Amino acid sequence: MVNGSFWAMGGYARYVWPCFAFACVVLAWNLWSARRFRVAAQLRARRAAEMATTGVGES
Amino acid sequence: MWTWFYKLASPPYVYGVAAALAPWFLGGAALAMGYGLVAGLAIAPPDYQQGQAFRMIYVHVPGALLSLTVYTVMATASAVALIWRIKLGHAVSAASAPIGASFTILALVTGSLWGRPMWGTYWAWDPRLTSELILLFLYAGVMSLRLAFEDPSRGDRAAALLAIVGVVNVPIVHFSVVWWNSLHQGATIVKLGAPSMPGSMLWPLLSMWLGFMLFFAAVLCIRLQGEVLNRERQATWIREAVKSW
Repeated sequence: MVNGSFWAMGGYARYVWPCFAFACVVLAWNLWSARRFRVAAQLRARRAAEMATTGVGES
Repeated sequence: MWTWFYKLASPPYVYGVAAALAPWFLGGAALAMGYGLVAGLAIAPPDYQQGQAFRMIYVHVPGALLSLTVYTVMATASAVALIWRIKLGHAVSAASAPIGASFTILALVTGSLWGRPMWGTYWAWDPRLTSELILLFLYAGVMSLRLAFEDPSRGDRAAALLAIVGVVNVPIVHFSVVWWNSLHQGATIVKLGAPSMPGSMLWPLLSMWLGFMLFFAAVLCIRLQGEVLNRERQATWIREAVKSW
């Protein structure tokens, strides 16, 4: 089923495949950036909790 | 009866629910998109006019629909935050904005790639394309405005106002192909009456749409956890939760 004509997409391959590739990039970026954002927030929360416990950084 | 609704205003409850639901949404999105991709790329027949080029619909239309859906979610959350002073509304709004902006970019880029072979140009100042570009500027404005104030609560309020005012653009994007002469084709699935596609093309599209919706829900849950942590950093429940990480 997946032969040369499939990849050629009836002559529209240079539009169809970049379209799907860009969608993959956008989805992957969303997941990566969201997880990175959460990890950074967890680190900040942990640091704030540590500072609250030790009293360092509090006025 | 309304207890569950009131609980949605509680940051610890929402944090826990978001953490529990995110993997399920992500799994559902993978299944729906997996089916949609295989059926859309390999099983659905070529279009009688556009040939194989029509397959771009399977990422372009879900991306475009999500760009409008996410904006509506963002504006609704902003309204909830302003009217009922529920701070979590601002958190949902802030978490939604970058996701919606990325889906808007996806819709614009994939639409441009589709436009080149069909219209002979990557871009035209067409009502649908222009209003979608304005949607991207609105997302950028909401994100920038939130960061433009030293006092985060003022930034939240200003961004919420812009999000609510900008929601007027959502029906303009959707109905632009009806109200004005447009290069862009009319609505295919979100319209009154039956969808103008045969089932073999439609089911993969609906599956991709569902997959994108579930993906948005998953990413929103993950971002919302980060927003709640950033906003509630000094709260006792977070200090307790940190100990278990």
